[in-house]
Amino acid sequence: MSAVISPNTGVNTALRYLLLVVFALIFVFPILFMVVSSFKPAQQLLRDTASIAAFLPVGDLSFDNYAAAFRRAPVALFIFNSVVITVVTVAGALFICSMAAFSFAFLEFKGKEVVLAVLIATLIVPFETIAIPMLMLVNNLPWIGAGGLQFGWLNTYHVQIVPFLADALTIFLFVQYFRDLPRELIEAARLDGATWFQVYTRVIVPISGPVFATAAILKFLAMYNQYLWPLLVTQSEQYRPVMVGLQYFFQLNIAWGEVMAYLSIITLPVLIFYLVLQRAFISSIASTGIKG
Amino acid sequence: MAGLSLTNIHKSYGKVDVIKGVDLTIEHGEFVVFVGPSGCGKSTLLRMIAGLEDITEGELKIGDRVVNQVQPRDRGVAMVFQSYALYPHMTVYDNVGFGLLLAKTPKPERDAKIMEAARILQMEHLLDRKPAQLSGGQRQRVAIGRAIVRKPDVFLFDEPLSNLDASLRLDMRSEISKLHNSLGATMIYVTHDQVEAMTLADKIVVLNGGVVQQVGSPLELYHKPANLFVAGFIGSPKMNLLPVKVTDLSADTMTLASEALEPITLPRRDGIGQGDSLTLGVRPHQLLKDGTKRIAGKVDLVERLGNETIISAILPSGETVLAALAGDVAIALNDDIALNFDPDEICLFNAEGNAV
Ligand SMILES: Nc1ncnc2c1ncn2[C@@H]1O[C@H](COP(=O)(O)OP(=O)(O)OP(=O)(O)O)[C@@H](O)[C@H]1O
Ligand SMILES: [Mg+2]
Repeated sequence: MSAVISPNTGVNTALRYLLLVVFALIFVFPILFMVVSSFKPAQQLLRDTASIAAFLPVGDLSFDNYAAAFRRAPVALFIFNSVVITVVTVAGALFICSMAAFSFAFLEFKGKEVVLAVLIATLIVPFETIAIPMLMLVNNLPWIGAGGLQFGWLNTYHVQIVPFLADALTIFLFVQYFRDLPRELIEAARLDGATWFQVYTRVIVPISGPVFATAAILKFLAMYNQYLWPLLVTQSEQYRPVMVGLQYFFQLNIAWGEVMAYLSIITLPVLIFYLVLQRAFISSIASTGIKG
Repeated sequence: MAGLSLTNIHKSYGKVDVIKGVDLTIEHGEFVVFVGPSGCGKSTLLRMIAGLEDITEGELKIGDRVVNQVQPRDRGVAMVFQSYALYPHMTVYDNVGFGLLLAKTPKPERDAKIMEAARILQMEHLLDRKPAQLSGGQRQRVAIGRAIVRKPDVFLFDEPLSNLDASLRLDMRSEISKLHNSLGATMIYVTHDQVEAMTLADKIVVLNGGVVQQVGSPLELYHKPANLFVAGFIGSPKMNLLPVKVTDLSADTMTLASEALEPITLPRRDGIGQGDSLTLGVRPHQLLKDGTKRIAGKVDLVERLGNETIISAILPSGETVLAALAGDVAIALNDDIALNFDPDEICLFNAEGNAV
């Protein structure tokens, strides 16, 4: 069989690729600009923005900005804080939200639909509107830690973790996915002697890789990009995450080179997380053979 | 040992009554088939027995234990689903062994039981595969293997063969029948297919609109349907139903006649009065073309199947009757035909549709 190529096809393909390249560049250029600039002295950086040189590693390149960034702010600490807060929250949220969604999708209880509707309604409330009431709330909550019973959660890790362990969007994502799973699978497991918890851990979780990966990525980004809340609840730098750390670079005179260096550093964990999850995501689809 | 007894079982979804008071006794080791039209509540009833649906009202006993509030896994039942419902992420081995694993059966014993089930169902060579790598028939075997491995007292099947092609369905049907004989467990089987029902069942339960129409052996249902619904539902081609009137009644005989029917005289049956309107039921296979004329009409359809010929004839009164005649019967479209039957074999139904 010989493929018949219409005279049009070549042109079409070329056009399609051209379009793809243009879009790819639009998305890549800001990142390229950031990384390239992080190696340039401030003077040159500003001068280069006027030309294509802004995207090219040309001129006087060095790691000076990185060194300066580390001198100006406790960068390693900020990254450590962010990773702790984000990883714990993502792990906790996946567990808690998927279990909540499991009950909404598979269990029968009074008021289920109402609770779910209210939960989904909270999606339209912007975080900014509840930030202050929440701040007042956490300021009075008890916590049992190393120092015994204490009141007030400010200046801790858990004040940045606990409020975000359950959220409507993640629960909703899971509910949508679970509702599409065949009901007989759960029933078969129940007849096989599984408790509800075993149905969850041994049947539902293993076949829900895609939704876990999606939820993890979304939650990771939301947590890693948090700014307002950590700013409100941390006074000392000891518990501050990377986004709040950005403040250190917007003082009297802005050192753009250092800003770019700092941004480049804090983008790395996102990339790593994404790549790892993407692999998990693809392999989970391949192994369960679940379509759609 | 576990029979079942259902007493006044009801099921409602909100205001909609789906099962409206079912009373049924199932003996240990019996093969019971639920049949009925789509939506009549067969699956619902089965799922209530499994414990997958709450029982709105009534009492369900398995063995001599009331199980209304008992968890599915503690009822000693196993179920085979129409969609197979195999765990997609597990191998066949793990699918079959999942229940044993949950029951914390020691590994050697588990192994032995899984191999035994695989041997019975001839699927030893499939144990390492995932469900996605199996054909429909193989998946159904695995689903059955998963059910038998735990040695339940009661097997529940919800249309297990309806996704298979005709020849595979035939094979699996006889395998299920053999399985029943060798395991000796109670089996409850839901199907649309009345051939499956007739061939597999010790006892058929005919349901319609959430109400049991009749319970009986396949032959009882075939020969003595309790009402018009069962008469029409069981048997293929369908039973012919003709309106007749009681024209004469003596101490021990009655005479029936209609425009289409030569008068016939039968032993008198209870609950019949002079002038009553009845429905006479006669199966297509009971109609004979032997020259004697009880009903007559014009042939408007001839279907030659080889072993038999199905014909349809229009009677002068406008009704249509079906007859299953010999395969080589000499008949053509638009012929006039006279048909005979044995009056002792017919069914009669009163105005309410119940057999008399
Ligand atoms: N969850 C539910 N909510 C409301 N009505 C339901 C529900 N499940 C079943 N029904 C109704 O109950 C009736 C019986 O359903 P069931 O599934 O038992 O029928 P069935 O006899 O198994 O039919 P089929 O042969 O098509 O499988 C149907 O009218 C159906 O619409
Ligand atoms: Mg059904």
